Amino acid sequence: MKPPVTLGRADEPLPEACDVAIVGGGVMGLSTAYAVAESSKLRVVVLERSYLVSGASGRNGGGVRMQWGDEGNVRVMMESIEICRGLAQELGINLWFRQGGYLFLARSEAGEQRLRRNAELHHRVGAPTRLLGPEEARELVPELDVHDVRLAAFNPKDGVVFPWPFVWGYAGQAIRRGVVVRTHTAVEAAEADGAGLRLRLSTGESLRANLVVNATGAWCHGLNHSLGVRLPNRPHRHEILSTEPLKPFLDPLVVDLASGLYFSQSTRGEIVAGITMPDHGDGGTDVDQSSSLGFLAHLGRTLAAVMPRLGRLKVLRQWAGAYDVSPDGDAIVGPSPGVPALLQLCGFTGHGFMMAPAVGRMLARFIVRGERHPMLERWDPTRFVDGRSRAREDMIIG
Amino acid sequence: MTQRVFVCRCEDVTVAEIQHAIALGLGSVEEIKRYTGLGTGPCQGKECIVALVRLLLAERAVTPEAVQPFTARPPAEPVTLAELASVAGTPPPEDGP
Ligand SMILES: Cc1cc2nc3c(=O)[nH]c(=O)nc-3n(C[C@H](O)[C@H](O)[C@H](O)COP(=O)(O)OP(=O)(O)OC[C@H]3O[C@@H](n4cnc5c(N)ncnc54)[C@H](O)[C@@H]3O)c2cc1C
Repeated sequence: MKPPVTLGRADEPLPEACDVAIVGGGVMGLSTAYAVAESSKLRVVVLERSYLVSGASGRNGGGVRMQWGDEGNVRVMMESIEICRGLAQELGINLWFRQGGYLFLARSEAGEQRLRRNAELHHRVGAPTRLLGPEEARELVPELDVHDVRLAAFNPKDGVVFPWPFVWGYAGQAIRRGVVVRTHTAVEAAEADGAGLRLRLSTGESLRANLVVNATGAWCHGLNHSLGVRLPNRPHRHEILSTEPLKPFLDPLVVDLASGLYFSQSTRGEIVAGITMPDHGDGGTDVDQSSSLGFLAHLGRTLAAVMPRLGRLKVLRQWAGAYDVSPDGDAIVGPSPGVPALLQLCGFTGHGFMMAPAVGRMLARFIVRGERHPMLERWDPTRFVDGRSRAREDMIIG
Repeated sequence: MTQRVFVCRCEDVTVAEIQHAIALGLGSVEEIKRYTGLGTGPCQGKECIVALVRLLLAERAVTPEAVQPFTARPPAEPVTLAELASVAGTPPPEDGP
């Protein structure tokens, strides 16, 4: 395939007006732009404050799984993984997608019950999850310490991707289909303009759009506040590290439910690992992307206990990113309360990357054809206003 | 010839790949790092970043005033997980998921 003309530029000319303006050049914004351009003639513009993979989409672990505790999430992820299987070819880029499975370890009775409940649900909806005893888990990952593991769950279709090419791939194909991608340009304010909205940009320009998609993740409050939209999602810092590369030896991504530790081996050979940490945020809307020594120490201790041999492995780098979390754990997608021309595409917590292929299509079908996927009912941003919000998912890691 | 000249030896990134990235409109060190993987291997960019900046300047992708290195990530030197595990004073997580 011949390369696209560009991958977005700071000096890309903007039209006066467009049908859909997408604010935020992360995986959510770009997968949506691609899907809209793929299925319609709508004029789409993506505006990114910095460069394209600068947000959470350039900082995540690339874990992709259908092992969820809630049926809706399992189904979304079955669709996303199906899309991922053909996506490298569709986008013409190597995504380093490797289906080595996810292996969950339960060490408490409550954890064991969760895995049993999940396995029944997965069986019912057709996801190939298997329950394993501790010794079977050790056959999959020979160096694991399983002495107090009560039960494990394994799904061979789960896996990992390398996030960077994924995002570039969506950007390149969106641009090839006519999407204008303008980088290094922030949306500073927005106001009503007829039935649409007018965006004020950091460059002094303005852009009118019939529909605006807020795909700014942890930073979503800036745009929302300027239109008087108040939503309860809040930014959360999540840290991660990667080690020196080794020859392939670890097939699945391992999650230890008791500690919230997860680790996998990327196709490039490095071990990528993260763990649940206490939230340092003050409940406000400031975004923190700093790294901490406390994270390294806590992760080092936990990983060296779960798989003692990895203690000898050297950490090469650590970093942090930010995503937004909603109070019921569900995403926030669709027309905003009081401002229907502003579509939210936020609240994806620590699993927005894996959901983006399916969610981009879902939102594009809503934009182009008005089609309402059942998850859009559930992710409706107005649910916090009229009290329909309900926590359903208990397998959120991050 | 440039097909075979490596800028980043850890991740095998060549001059030709960087020229391709520049042709796609990617002009900063951060963008090139995330497009090619340059600087993410064992030396963490210590060997290649100067060569990259020279190339960006030679190709007129950036001006000397505007050039910025990528964010240096801790640790400064590779450290084993076991050594890190011995660092005291880690906060325990509030609750497991
Ligand atoms: C360390 C870490 C590990 C993770 N691990 C996983 C994982 O294993 N699997 C998984 O599925 N998910 C994971 N996630 C979550 C995942 O990365 C996110 O859910 C996902 O990337 C969100 O994508 P996004 O496009 O919504 O947001 P982002 O990628 O954050 O994009 C938002 C963009 O908006 C831009 N922006 C902000 N304000 C403005 C403005 N005013 N004008 C213009 N642009 C603006 C930002 O610069 C940014 O580029 C992880 C996250 C982190 C931090």
